[in-house]
Amino acid sequence: MQNDLIDEARRQIEVCNACRYCENYCAVFPALHENRIFSIGDITQLANLCHNCRGCYYACQYTAPHEFDLNLPKALAEVRLDSWEELAYPRRAARLFQTNGLAVTIATVLGFATLFMVAGLVGGGGGEGFYAVLPHSAMIAIFIPAFVFPLLSIAFSLRRYWLETAGELVRPRHLIDAVKAIAKMRNLAGGHGDGCNFEDTDAFSHKRRIAHQMILFGFLLCFASTGAGTIMHYAFDMQAPYGLFSVPKLLGIPGGILLSVGVVWMVILKQQSDPDLGAKRAWSGENAFTILLGFVAFSGLALYALGGTALMSVLLALHLGSVLSFFLLMPFSKMAHSFYRMAALVRDAQRDG
Amino acid sequence: MTKVYDIAIIGGGNAALCAAITAAENGAKVLILETAPRPYRGGNSRHTRNFRCMHRGPLGPLVESYGEDEYFADLLKVTGGKTDEALARLTIRTSEECQPWMEEHGVRFQPSLSGTLSLARTNAFFLGGGKGLVNAYYRTAEKLGVDVLYEANVSHLEIEGNEVAHIDYTYMGQSHRISPKAVIVASGGFQADLDWLARAWGPAAKNFLIRGTPYNRGVVLADLLDQGLDQVGDPKQCHAVAIDGRAPKFDGGIVTRLDCVPFSVVVNKDCARFYDEGEDVWPKRYAIWGRLVAAQPDQVGYAIIDAKSLDLFMPSVFPPIKADTIEELAKKMGLSPDKLRATIEQFNASCGDGTNFHPTELDGVATNGISPPKTNWARPITKVPFYGYSLRTGVTFTYLGLKVSEKAQCSIDGQPVKNLWAAGETMAGSILGQGYLAGFGMAIGTVFGRIAGQEAANHAK
Repeated sequence: MQNDLIDEARRQIEVCNACRYCENYCAVFPALHENRIFSIGDITQLANLCHNCRGCYYACQYTAPHEFDLNLPKALAEVRLDSWEELAYPRRAARLFQTNGLAVTIATVLGFATLFMVAGLVGGGGGEGFYAVLPHSAMIAIFIPAFVFPLLSIAFSLRRYWLETAGELVRPRHLIDAVKAIAKMRNLAGGHGDGCNFEDTDAFSHKRRIAHQMILFGFLLCFASTGAGTIMHYAFDMQAPYGLFSVPKLLGIPGGILLSVGVVWMVILKQQSDPDLGAKRAWSGENAFTILLGFVAFSGLALYALGGTALMSVLLALHLGSVLSFFLLMPFSKMAHSFYRMAALVRDAQRDG
Repeated sequence: MTKVYDIAIIGGGNAALCAAITAAENGAKVLILETAPRPYRGGNSRHTRNFRCMHRGPLGPLVESYGEDEYFADLLKVTGGKTDEALARLTIRTSEECQPWMEEHGVRFQPSLSGTLSLARTNAFFLGGGKGLVNAYYRTAEKLGVDVLYEANVSHLEIEGNEVAHIDYTYMGQSHRISPKAVIVASGGFQADLDWLARAWGPAAKNFLIRGTPYNRGVVLADLLDQGLDQVGDPKQCHAVAIDGRAPKFDGGIVTRLDCVPFSVVVNKDCARFYDEGEDVWPKRYAIWGRLVAAQPDQVGYAIIDAKSLDLFMPSVFPPIKADTIEELAKKMGLSPDKLRATIEQFNASCGDGTNFHPTELDGVATNGISPPKTNWARPITKVPFYGYSLRTGVTFTYLGLKVSEKAQCSIDGQPVKNLWAAGETMAGSILGQGYLAGFGMAIGTVFGRIAGQEAANHAK
């Protein structure tokens, strides 16, 4: 951990702890008020619990030009980003993505797409539909390790997070509480239920909360669609492409649309927000991740719409390239936030025993 | 300035905003002249936290009931009878309808409050505190077409006969003069003008810290009093509490609060004790300690505790000074090591049986044979490490203000000024003659802000 970031966050947290006006905005403050002394682990936990709703910043009587110069959303965002880099495995990859996210993403997607095109030319011709471009066995050979490696990496990181924050034995109650908080995006509801501050300074709105849930549920639908396709392929020997009224399509099309729209909306909201209330260093990485997620969805939808045309092979290569990039970059991109956030919410649910 | 305004409001805190919103909803074209820059807008309201509210049954976040008579009795206790009963009861009665009005105009309340304060029955707490409230009101006011000028310094209200003829102010380096149909003064007290404070209190006031906004300099108040407006409140008094001596000169707000006194030995710079630290629970005593410290040499005190007591009070924003011996602590705090050791030893020797010690009740654990005694929570200072805090006088507000009628109208020799109203801290001395009741300032500001806004709008029609 970078000590200067931790020290700055601790300085601000101690001011908050003497004030306590922000008690109901989110889960950070009740957790904060339980302590008087804050270890690195405590601060890491608070940082990952913070959803950057910014309510506390706009309500704060001690923001600059006041000499206390509080900007808790920023201080916690800096620690949060640093903790992801510190806990990531391997670390160097995380640092590279956070600071040069857009370049890394574009390079990865195009690189893999090209690879798929080349591989498709060499090994293709044996199957039908998509598999004429890239044989199913080749897809699996590439995607299984691409799926397993990031999950192993993340599992490793979460274990370190758990040790760092002195996490206890996880019980179903903790998990249920965390899942509920995520499903409702409780921490972007603002305590009063009017939403959070983001795109229009101190005005409360649900825009960011809704956009986030469109992305989240869109992603989960797409993921379920892929899962359904896999089951149909192996268990029932039903091969892609599937018709409109098949399970993968009924899940995937609404999912893809939700994801695409949510991503565009989120990027627009982010452009309107004040970058000084977050970790500026992560601006590129965060946007790159959001755009990549949107591109996965968009290229998937395009593949469905234009699957019968000459563009199919290029689209498939781009789509598969983006999916592969998404998985491989998962431990180092903003996608990691979903795992750490989940961990932080589970850890927070343990506060009451 | 080409635009013509019906109403000009001087000040930009809670009372000013309640007045502006009410007037605008009644069809008036309103201009707010706020002397602070935008980040510091809102005066002392920025630092507030709650609203004391009468209620006959559960209301918003408030539980049970809190009737007019109980509320008034609480007020009498703190003011020692120095209160205008008619205005006080008007404030109390009207506070009940204010709570829903506040919610309708954007204020959000905390559902309930954890921590040491247990005021869930009497006080409604703003979510995010006073700055959250101020932000919400500015948004509401601006939606209603109220114009706001920040860093607009009003220097003079010209009173001709029984009417305000015009207002002079500077804005962006330019002088302006406007003649609105009605004027509302809601610009607070004068506590940030240390020279004025020193004239009223004596030179010691230069060592006081100002807990709130540096922009309440009383410019308009002085201008109006000079022109013979009826005044109210003791011109020499201010509300002061003991706060952390390391607090900034202005605007330290809530986090400079120090709740350790009941568990401490408090000495002055000569290492002499000067008052019973354990006289009563802290919320009932913190105000008198402002005066006690003000009366000591250099207006400073030192609270000494040991490791036993560190976790018994809310943390202050500044960490305590820490040492393994009393002598070392004295050195770090700039006190005489020998004298401090002697005082602590004498205190420790006077402590008796501490087994009945109870931090949240008057436990009767008292000293024996020293003067002044410590009548509760008197445990010897023995367990290392030792901790010390410096204490200074922190001024909250001043009592001198404009006398108003039940319609919030100002007067000269008892005759109403036709188009001048006042609300908030600048007239609170009419109701609060001494002492303070948590959340009552916001009640006065909201009630009289709304009355002033209504009356001014009626006048402007």
